[in-house]
Amino acid sequence: MDPYILLKVTWWVLLGVLLIGLAVMVGMDMGVGAALRYLGRTDGERRAVINMIAPHWDGNQVWFILGGGAVFAAWPTIYATAFSGLYVVMLVLLWSMIVRPLGFEYRSKLPSDRWRGAWDWMLFVSGAVPMIVFGAAMGNMLQGVPFHFTWNMISYYTGSFITLFNPFAVLCGVMSLALALYQGGTMVMNRGTGVIRERACRLVTVAGLTALAVFSICGIWVSMMHGYEITAGGDPAGPALPLNKTVETASGAWLANYVAHPALWLVPAAVYLAVLGGIAAARAGLSHLAWWLGALAWAATLVTLGAAMFPFLMPSSSEPSHSLTVWDASSSLGTLGWMLAFTLVFIPIIAIYTSWAFWVMRGKVTPESIAHDEHAY
Amino acid sequence: MQELDTVIELSRTQFAATALYHYLFVPLTLGLSVLLATMETIYVITGRDIYRQMTHFWSKLFAINFALGVATGLTMEFEFGTNWSTYSHFVGDIFGAPLAIEGLMAFFLESTFVGLMLFGWGKLSRGKHLLVTYMVALGSNLSALWILVANGYMQNPVGSVFNPDTMRMELTSLPDLIFSPEAQAKFVHTSIAGYVTAAIFVVGISAFYLLRRRHIELAKRSFRVAALFGVFATVGVISLGDALGFINGSAQPTKLAAMEGLWETAEAPAGFNLIAWPNQEEKRNDFELQVPYLLTPLVTHTFDESIPGVSDLEVDAEAKIRDGIPALTALKALRENPDDAEARATFDAHQDNLGYALLVQRYVEDVSQATDAQIAKAAADTIPPVAPVFWSFRVMVVAAFLMMAFLILAVIYSLRGTLHRHNGFLRLAPWMIPVPFIANEAGWIVAELGRQPWTVYGQLPTWLSASTHSVGYMIFSLVGFVLLYTLFIVIEMFLMVKFIRLGPSEDRRESPVEPTQRHSSQWSEA
Repeated sequence: MDPYILLKVTWWVLLGVLLIGLAVMVGMDMGVGAALRYLGRTDGERRAVINMIAPHWDGNQVWFILGGGAVFAAWPTIYATAFSGLYVVMLVLLWSMIVRPLGFEYRSKLPSDRWRGAWDWMLFVSGAVPMIVFGAAMGNMLQGVPFHFTWNMISYYTGSFITLFNPFAVLCGVMSLALALYQGGTMVMNRGTGVIRERACRLVTVAGLTALAVFSICGIWVSMMHGYEITAGGDPAGPALPLNKTVETASGAWLANYVAHPALWLVPAAVYLAVLGGIAAARAGLSHLAWWLGALAWAATLVTLGAAMFPFLMPSSSEPSHSLTVWDASSSLGTLGWMLAFTLVFIPIIAIYTSWAFWVMRGKVTPESIAHDEHAY
Repeated sequence: MQELDTVIELSRTQFAATALYHYLFVPLTLGLSVLLATMETIYVITGRDIYRQMTHFWSKLFAINFALGVATGLTMEFEFGTNWSTYSHFVGDIFGAPLAIEGLMAFFLESTFVGLMLFGWGKLSRGKHLLVTYMVALGSNLSALWILVANGYMQNPVGSVFNPDTMRMELTSLPDLIFSPEAQAKFVHTSIAGYVTAAIFVVGISAFYLLRRRHIELAKRSFRVAALFGVFATVGVISLGDALGFINGSAQPTKLAAMEGLWETAEAPAGFNLIAWPNQEEKRNDFELQVPYLLTPLVTHTFDESIPGVSDLEVDAEAKIRDGIPALTALKALRENPDDAEARATFDAHQDNLGYALLVQRYVEDVSQATDAQIAKAAADTIPPVAPVFWSFRVMVVAAFLMMAFLILAVIYSLRGTLHRHNGFLRLAPWMIPVPFIANEAGWIVAELGRQPWTVYGQLPTWLSASTHSVGYMIFSLVGFVLLYTLFIVIEMFLMVKFIRLGPSEDRRESPVEPTQRHSSQWSEA
């Protein structure tokens, strides 16, 4: 196989890994933030909930930052086109996200109820909004985004920002938020006790069932919407320039990969099994198992999406032949190769020290245990 | 064209605002992480509890600052894509790599271990906690390395070539990119500037406690550690700054000419403009005060080399524009027919100056029709705005020497144990805290405004780099950032001042009968 094709596909897989890592690790903390006011009723309870993720939210958030950097390096055309095309969406995402570090760090610095209450709302916004935007962005990729390039690769986005929040996209956003709440719930079950743990268990049940319901609706919607297919050109080994192919749209085309490879149906099936199994595990008190099943559900959801769209990454609804695909939106052979080398070296190291960090900070956090801990938030 | 210019200016304003703001917090994180590691090392070696208290207290202020560094860093990671999409496509193949490596190698390290550093005190042995603090310092310094490798590429694009089949620059050598002298000198200069910032910060706050006769033992020791650390750092920052100026001489002569206010080529031995009033329109200094003979050895590290001035640089630029025009015309032909062998040969022969042809494209869409006047205008564009670069540079340099003098005095008084006799000095010290921040911001302006009119020097003009947003979108986002960031800094300063005033009191409660506390009452007689 041509090494360039192999590297492009490898980086498509790694893009998936990155999105899964981001969704699971950042989503977990955002789920906790979004449900903070439900999980904790008193200030002590809320502080306990926050301190369950206090030592880790920053490290987890790097998945999001790495997402920006890795897409820049491996898929520069996506980085350039998606983030500028979805400008207002990105602003909403960034503005809500940059409040979060301050929410964690500053909330408990002052004893005032109004101060803490305000930050609790900030943590709600900075948990819920980014997850909705994350899902809505995925939804927009499925629908296609109105953009095109000039001959010298200057991109123009021609839609209004309102269309980025269309019903299908918002539904995908709800799905994303529901999975985040599920994941956050299992995390709080892992480290919480008593009434906090009970609330978290209810959250896991409700959020998990919501996610499945929305996933089903989205699935039916996708099967009927206009998908994209390359009809000419688009050489997988060709240079990374998205101007040399013909693309057509057809109703139900997003199911073409599933029709061609029926084994792929196991992936969406895994979403159902993982969430239902996870809810059962949570209710049986096996919250760690429920956490891992939630991660599996996220992985299966994003693989379901990727499998439907392959080789498309970001279709153009206004100029389909300019759609960005795995074959024509990547960086050069050399950059993909170097970046793969760095990834293979550093991801295992990161996995080791991140696990160590979780292991060091393991154990239950209760309102009592942090009341006199001067190092807690 | 008018609308495009407005969008470019708004995009530049937004980038400068968000970057300068982010850069208020980053140097302190860089330097304070190393200072914390130093203090904690002394604690682990000597076992004296006062050093643990010091590490505790300063890490609290570190955390307040760190949160805003992280928050504003999120914006930066995505701003190239949101607002500079043509730039991102044009150099993403190269520029993205150090950003991704920064995430893998630096941000995960820094952010994972910062959680353990702040929350792991009771859960880790002394040695392990020290290791964790080292990892935070290592991570933050590595992030400086990689972001400056990326920035080094914008300043001096090495290790890449334009590929007409993909319409972008592509990586030819990652080692060339990483070991670019510009990048390496900038990394050391910038991270050490962070150490100076942290040193002055700690010295200033410690002096405040000493004046108030509070937390004397902790303040005295913090003062000494930071002052010693800072003296070495200022020497480093100044010598690396000199190295950077030397590198600029060959890599970016236009920036150097602006920094020195050189309108005409300076034959050796040239005088150094101590003060000048640059007038860009008439290409001369309305007023200048020179130190004779100084400039030549300062910049060229020789006694006989000349330094090109604006007039000669514009002549060079004009030649490059004329040479680059066939490359751009051939590139267009190649896009229409990739098999056009003649166009490819023409492109290969002229591609070194493709960027210069893009400069003139601002004034005429078909560059082969460019008039002499348009070419001259584009050539004049290659000179950055001289006055702000000239003055920012002087602000930075004056600040550096001021800080060096201040820190040398601080070390002398501290080592002699005569600090308590120098109330004037202690009173001055907190007012020194803004100085490194001003120097850092001025340094950013010299580096990035001095790079204009390019986003990637000699390759991609700024006017072509931004996303194609409407003016309305840009005003919306700029106003949003300004409002949000203003609110943030108010909250941050409020908390910072509050916790500085509060002081390390909780630690005292924890160990009320520390012998060090008895010492403190003897401060006035010491």
